[in-house]
Amino acid sequence: MTGEWLDIGWADEIPVRGSRTVQVEGGDDIAVFRTGDGRVFALADRCPHKGGRLSQGIVHGGAVACPLHNWRIALATGEALGQDKGCTPVIPVKLSGGRVLICRASTMQAAA
Amino acid sequence: MQHQSHPAAAFEREHLVVIGNGMAGCRAIEELIARDASRYRVTIFGAEPHVNYNRIMLSPVLAGEKSFDEIVINDRRWYAANGIELVTSDPVLAIDRAARTVTARSGRMVGYDRLLIATGSDPFIIPVPGKDLPGVITFRDMADVDHMLAAAGKGGDAVVIGGGLLGLEAAHGLTLRGMKVTVIHLMPTLMERQLDEAAGWLLKSALEARGQTILTQANTAEIVGTDAVEGVRLKDGTLIPASLVVMAVGIRPCTALARDAGLAVGRGIQVDDHMVTSDPSILAVGECVEHDGNVYGLVAPLWDMCRALADGLTDSHSGYRGSVTSTKLKVAGLDVFSAGDFSGTDGAEDIVLRDASRGIYKRVVVKDDRIVGAVLYGDTGDSGWYFDLLKRGEDIGAIRDMLIFGQAFASGGGVADPKAAVAALSDTAELCGCNGVSKGQVVACIEAGAHSLDAVRAGCKASASCGSCTGIVETLLATTLGDAVEAGPRTMCNCTSFGHDDVRREIVAQQMCSIPEVMQKLHWATPDGCSSCRPALNYYLLCALPGDYVDDQQSRFVNERMHANIQKDGTYSVVPRMWGGLTNPRELRAIADVVEKYDAPMVKVTGGQRLDIFGIKKEDLPAVWADLNAAGMVSGHAYGKSLRTVKTCVGSEWCRFGTQDSTGLGVKIERMTWGSWMPHKFKIAVSGCPRNCAEATIKDFGVVCVDSGYELSVGGNGGIKVRATDFLCKVATEVEAMHYCAAFIQLYREEARYLERTAPWIERVGVEYIRARIADDAEGRDALAARFHFAQQFLQDDPWAARAAGAEREQHAPMARFTPHDATKEMA
Ligand SMILES: Cc1cc2nc3c(=O)[nH]c(=O)nc-3n(C[C@H](O)[C@H](O)[C@H](O)COP(=O)(O)OP(=O)(O)OC[C@H]3O[C@@H](n4cnc5c(N)ncnc54)[C@H](O)[C@@H]3O)c2cc1C
Ligand code: SF4
Ligand code: FES
Repeated sequence: MTGEWLDIGWADEIPVRGSRTVQVEGGDDIAVFRTGDGRVFALADRCPHKGGRLSQGIVHGGAVACPLHNWRIALATGEALGQDKGCTPVIPVKLSGGRVLICRASTMQAAA
Repeated sequence: MQHQSHPAAAFEREHLVVIGNGMAGCRAIEELIARDASRYRVTIFGAEPHVNYNRIMLSPVLAGEKSFDEIVINDRRWYAANGIELVTSDPVLAIDRAARTVTARSGRMVGYDRLLIATGSDPFIIPVPGKDLPGVITFRDMADVDHMLAAAGKGGDAVVIGGGLLGLEAAHGLTLRGMKVTVIHLMPTLMERQLDEAAGWLLKSALEARGQTILTQANTAEIVGTDAVEGVRLKDGTLIPASLVVMAVGIRPCTALARDAGLAVGRGIQVDDHMVTSDPSILAVGECVEHDGNVYGLVAPLWDMCRALADGLTDSHSGYRGSVTSTKLKVAGLDVFSAGDFSGTDGAEDIVLRDASRGIYKRVVVKDDRIVGAVLYGDTGDSGWYFDLLKRGEDIGAIRDMLIFGQAFASGGGVADPKAAVAALSDTAELCGCNGVSKGQVVACIEAGAHSLDAVRAGCKASASCGSCTGIVETLLATTLGDAVEAGPRTMCNCTSFGHDDVRREIVAQQMCSIPEVMQKLHWATPDGCSSCRPALNYYLLCALPGDYVDDQQSRFVNERMHANIQKDGTYSVVPRMWGGLTNPRELRAIADVVEKYDAPMVKVTGGQRLDIFGIKKEDLPAVWADLNAAGMVSGHAYGKSLRTVKTCVGSEWCRFGTQDSTGLGVKIERMTWGSWMPHKFKIAVSGCPRNCAEATIKDFGVVCVDSGYELSVGGNGGIKVRATDFLCKVATEVEAMHYCAAFIQLYREEARYLERTAPWIERVGVEYIRARIADDAEGRDALAARFHFAQQFLQDDPWAARAAGAEREQHAPMARFTPHDATKEMA
């Protein structure tokens, strides 16, 4: 049995202002983002608009622009910004000694 | 030899033993003495041979700005006057909690009633081969500084590993001491924990201007040398010679002693709000402790800790609550300040001021009308004020508009209205520093009929260079004309007040060569742009600096990053190039094999006579490319703002009407133009006669072959608004047709706005202009074509090949996989 947090790898394996994914069997992928100033966030890899892969969007400031129709989603809250309304599930993340840990329970939920 | 402390004295006063004669240990004692000088008898053990000195001043000592004597905090008289016994050069090696004694390296053992651990931090040494060679040192204490000074005395090359606060101070000192210094930093920007990208970029430029070599995104593989260090080798193979290597990659709380004694240790020695460890008679303070999950690496929090500690030791009860820290770089002449959280997430907003001519960058992050972070570069005069507002959580709603201009402006009531401030300026006041334009000249220009920002820029040059006075010029337009102001061309996006054309012009005029540099020099209002401006800037730089500009992948739309088209279900489609629309059994077989092997659900002939394979998974893309490459096929760039296809008809080779070899010419044109990045997608067609079977008159560049030569036409597209081409000119030979094509493409590449197709571009500038540049100006045409061919040297390599060979492999593979089976079992 592992702990509350799942260790998914080194933060510097994620491109700056880019993302990587975590595959969840039987569920949505999780998109793990790294911002220009080195903060790490994770969201379900599914845009609240029409399901675009947020992991493939352009990351700027604390948001990502969805590659399909350019909605902007806040990385910290998963909320669509501006005129758009919608929300993507957020997976809590923490950094420890350069490793990225994501919340196990939320990951399970994403898989459910 | 063993030494037992004096029993009579112990009887009168409790004995407080301190391990560590550094900043926190001594400060704690100062605080204690200030409260109650007679309560404890104090003994301090120090590993170093010195009295208590100011460690943060080691950088100025290294730089030659201060001597050691000037950085001593407490000299021997202080210890004597307060009855403190100081033991130097004798580190404590063990604590016996049951017997309440400590034992030092010399064998000296003393008993304590209370023990204070203040051992600070150990520098982190990256575990690379060669790390133990003579000449590899850290930057932590006076001995390290002595070592560096000795090495610098011999001159030569130094490498500093780590571009953080400490590393940069070491690099600066060594540079001043005459060494040739290279800084190796793993991350893309310097001091990335404290500064954002823009400030990091400014810092890097300033340090380079001082003669240092700064290598970012550089990973140390090994330190080479036999008897002493000779150089550093990076993971990419680069070898940097060095006779001195300073490791400044980070620190770790020094906890071994406490851990051996069985105290609770996490990242640091765990303490409560009064700095008491898991053993009630042992306290700990400084960098070696962990409080509430936090460890600190700066002095300000230590002062707070020392106060709480002394309060606890003297029975008063205010405890430590954690600290907000700020950072300043002590490199002479470079003003850098950073505090709080400036990552701009969670509903926080950025207020950014960039003043390129003065080299200033300020960013204040505001959330719910409170400052949560600040980064200042170049002008840190207001750092104290911002930091104070931040720590106190002050409501800044009322001064928000003025906040970024600093304390004097924000609290100066009278000038709080920018219109009034501009109106108050005298006519002779210089508004535009770059072009030396006064307020009076701007007003005169407006009154003479310049009713828009662009007209003012054209008329008197104000705000036409760096643009920092744009806001003032706009205010003047508004106050002079009221509602008569004409809106200028739209700005590139909300991050800037500049339009596309201004940005392109300035990139060339000021020879800018990176996105952060453009953002700084042109006063971007956001820290790292948005999804509109970043791809545009990336393209403009790529176009302006062929061969030199390093493409920024993260500023490209997913299709260009993945070299395939993203489809609505998240899979990709792949289009290999088929030159001029021709193919052969080998290529068809390779495509058929890929379709089967990767279960592609659909293959389709595109409008541009190519085959499009749909439904490829992201992780399969590299293998698909490898298979197609193996059959000799390269990327069709069907995903990019780039040359897509050259459509052809069969022409004279087969067709009874054909006048020229349209297929052959199409193949040649495609071989010449493929790979070229453009402002938008670009299509070409060649038809063999005026029947125009290749539909050349609705393409960006069309050729219609006729008996006497080649009719060239431009600016067509079959998009939402169908537009037929404008006739450009007629030429006699294939070679000319290709030459004109190259010149036209380059003109489009250099002058159209990003995401502007040729049709709206030509409607905007007029077809006469295009004719004047391509058909009538032979010299200009040759120059354009030459620039095109020069750029093509760098652009014509197949992006699939590199990717198939493993470049940026991680873009395709998931970082981790999570299989919830075990977890489900646990839950059942
Ligand atoms: C070059 C340099 C520049 C810096 N610049 C800044 C700055 O500008 N601003 C800022 O806020 N901070 C700066 N810092 C950090 C600051 O110096 C530290 O935060 C501060 O010194 C920590 O105090 P401390 O007492 O916990 O540790 P230290 O000051 O390191 O003191 C610990 C002492 O304990 C001794 N010791 C360790 N183990 C034993 C043992 N077993 N027995 C006896 N003695 C032992 C060590 O030899 C050392 O003298 C800088 C640090 C360095 C090295
Ligand atoms: S354009 Fe002319 S040459 Fe080409 S296929 Fe049609 S009819 Fe034949
Ligand atoms: S699916 Fe994300 S914007 Fe439409």
